[in-house]
Amino acid sequence: MRYFVALIVWLAAGCAMAQEWEHQETFSGTDASVSLRIISSTDADLFAPVIETFIAANPNIAVEYFVTGTAELNERFRADPGAFDIAVSSAMDLQLKLVNDGFAKPLPDIPHVAWAQWRQSLFAFTSEPAAIVINRQAFEGQPIPQTRQQLIEALRARPETFRNRVGTYDVRQSGLGYLFATQDARASETFWRLMEVMGSLDVRLYCCSGTMIDDLTDGTIAVAYNVLGSYAAARTESETILEIILPSDFPTTMMRTAFVSGQTTQSQAAERFIRHLIAFQSGQGDGRRVLPALKTPQAVTDRATIALQPALMTFLDVLKRRKFLAEWEDAMIQD
Amino acid sequence: MSDSPTISGSLRNRLATILIGGAALLALLLFLAVRNYAVQVAQQGQDDILMASVTSMLDTAAIRDGSVEVDLPYAALAMLDTPADDRVFYAIYRDGKFLSGHEDLAVAASSDAERREVFSTQAIRGTTVRQVSARRILIGASQRVEVQIALAQTQDALAETLDEIRRNTTLLGLAFFVLAAALSFWATSFAVGQLNKLTTSVTRRGPQDLSPFKKPVPQEMGPLVRSLNSLMGRLDHSLSQSEDFIAEAAHRVRTPLATVRSHAETTLQRVDREENREALRSMIRAIDESSRAAGQLLDHAMITFRADHLEREKIDLVELAQDLAVRLSPIAEMKDLSLSVCGDENAPYAGDPILIQNAVRNLVDNAMKYGPADSDIEIGVHTGSRLCIVVRDKGPGYPLDEIGQLHTRFKRGRNAGDAVGSGLGLTIAADVAGAHGGSLELTNHPEGGACAILLL
Ligand SMILES: Nc1ncnc2c1ncn2[C@@H]1O[C@H](COP(=O)(O)OP(=O)(O)OP(=O)(O)O)[C@@H](O)[C@H]1O
Ligand SMILES: [Mg+2]
Repeated sequence: MRYFVALIVWLAAGCAMAQEWEHQETFSGTDASVSLRIISSTDADLFAPVIETFIAANPNIAVEYFVTGTAELNERFRADPGAFDIAVSSAMDLQLKLVNDGFAKPLPDIPHVAWAQWRQSLFAFTSEPAAIVINRQAFEGQPIPQTRQQLIEALRARPETFRNRVGTYDVRQSGLGYLFATQDARASETFWRLMEVMGSLDVRLYCCSGTMIDDLTDGTIAVAYNVLGSYAAARTESETILEIILPSDFPTTMMRTAFVSGQTTQSQAAERFIRHLIAFQSGQGDGRRVLPALKTPQAVTDRATIALQPALMTFLDVLKRRKFLAEWEDAMIQD
Repeated sequence: MSDSPTISGSLRNRLATILIGGAALLALLLFLAVRNYAVQVAQQGQDDILMASVTSMLDTAAIRDGSVEVDLPYAALAMLDTPADDRVFYAIYRDGKFLSGHEDLAVAASSDAERREVFSTQAIRGTTVRQVSARRILIGASQRVEVQIALAQTQDALAETLDEIRRNTTLLGLAFFVLAAALSFWATSFAVGQLNKLTTSVTRRGPQDLSPFKKPVPQEMGPLVRSLNSLMGRLDHSLSQSEDFIAEAAHRVRTPLATVRSHAETTLQRVDREENREALRSMIRAIDESSRAAGQLLDHAMITFRADHLEREKIDLVELAQDLAVRLSPIAEMKDLSLSVCGDENAPYAGDPILIQNAVRNLVDNAMKYGPADSDIEIGVHTGSRLCIVVRDKGPGYPLDEIGQLHTRFKRGRNAGDAVGSGLGLTIAADVAGAHGGSLELTNHPEGGACAILLL
């Protein structure tokens, strides 16, 4: 029996080891003696300037950068919190729950505004709105929708144009997609109507912003809903092809967050990295900054920016999630 | 008279200790009471929010197709947001079987079946949390299910609030103590001040002033002043009674003595036998002594009385001395003595002329009695730095070894011999000087002769 358990553990460990990363890269300074392991959901090319400037200032530190999806990041981190020094993710709810559940190390000496940090452990460093990105070709001669309602009308008006050419996150796979969807659902009923319309048009579901924008650029899809505008904006080559629309009815803005693992062995280097990250994102970043800066919410009542508070854990509840996904599947997957 | 009282402790210190000790105790009680109350209120606040949150969660519990659904309201966790970003844990159970949330959070068993919610403080994942456990019975088509929810929150915000409350209550207690201490100092010195006032007014009194205290005193000191007054009244009464008695006695003795003397003198004229005459003469001498003593006693009593109620009036001492010299000259001439007044032209002074006259007369009287016949007696009035009347004779002077005691009552010097006298003359002079705030100095002049200086 014991051998059997050991075998299973070994197999599981082997599987975990063998698991592929979306991307993996090591940034190394001239005389690196310390290595920081960062697990992140942010594409390496968007995050590279942060790491490169950090290494330039701290040549003794090397950074190993692992990229994976938000949901998988959460699972991997929970499975082995000691394996990573820093976790960077756009899924605020998963990040907050990790901190709430005691996976983070508080950094009391880092000065950061109250709304952009939680428990001095979770630090926000970007403000990124969820956007509707369209391929201009599909809307030639047509008014460009500015709100979700207008998008619904546009889709309904030309179902043949859009059939199988609408994309959004598969919220079952993507943590960020789930966060956007639940926040949208909380804000307005329009969301569900849009989902139904998209469902009726045989929506394509994506795991990540990157592939969605790829498909949008080559015309596979005409509309991407709730995609990160920042990813689209970063694609300079598709500037003329794509148009990024921030829905004016109720915009949803996410903040990318980072925290230091409670089990880190490199707490000093990790803290220094968080400091650098915050400074880099709030300053000009030597003109190298690609990720959007952190923007102060306009007002306290401004509900556009998702707040860092325990309520974020609501939709992570197993029962709640099951119920939400059931409704979502009802709307989206119509046979 | 100047026996110092037995002193045990200090009223001021005792009062201050009691009051300040009381203030400290009260401040401490206030601090504890306010803090405990605040802690209770703060804890109650957290409990209320936890309760509201768990209630709103339970409200959404429902049975659908035989399975339990709990549709967590967003507000349930949103209301648990605190400035200190407290961590939140919850767990949902169905009939004791874990459904969702944090599996390591157990529902606290309710000892009382009636109570649907139980609050507890416990440790989970290395931190202390406040937990509420609540339950709800759901009745389905064919089953009866109990949904239990445990909801826990860390107490960082509460701890911050409590820290602030602790700081503020400490300040409050300290402020209260300082204020109370200051007040008790003030109260103590006020109370002791009243006693001091009475003490000064007792001390400031003249040695013979036995009149009652008239100044208003606080109610509590009334009995003290009343018994002080009554003591002084009795003292005054018995003093004046005894003085009256002496004066009365002296008076009563003198008159019959005068009669007896005149009878003795007439008898002396008639008696021829030498031994009888001798007896009669010593009888007359004894009578003279007695009547002198009675006279001096009377004078002394009179002087004591007048000194008690000294009434000063403006007088010229030179005039007074000259007056006296004139009045005494008949007696002086009998002994071939000459009285002369010398010194300053005027010596204005405010005093009781009768007393001063009496004093000077006694001094001149002594000079005549103890000085040799056929000599000069000088009464000098000097105004220099201090006013004084000097009576000087050409006699043998005071016996030096007794000079210090001569002014005491009934003290007569060795040189008194068979001179008639009672030993009260210098006492009277010294008392008069004392009543006027001065003194009597007895010296022997370097050129011979006694020299009495009445300093005023
Ligand atoms: N001028 C003086 N020369 C010498 N001795 C004196 C003189 N005056 C007083 N004495 C001494 O001082 C003593 C006390 O004097 P004091 O006047 O008090 O009493 P007294 O003269 O004896 O009696 P009286 O009461 O009748 O005056 C005298 O008995 C005497 O011995
Ligand atoms: Mg005399």
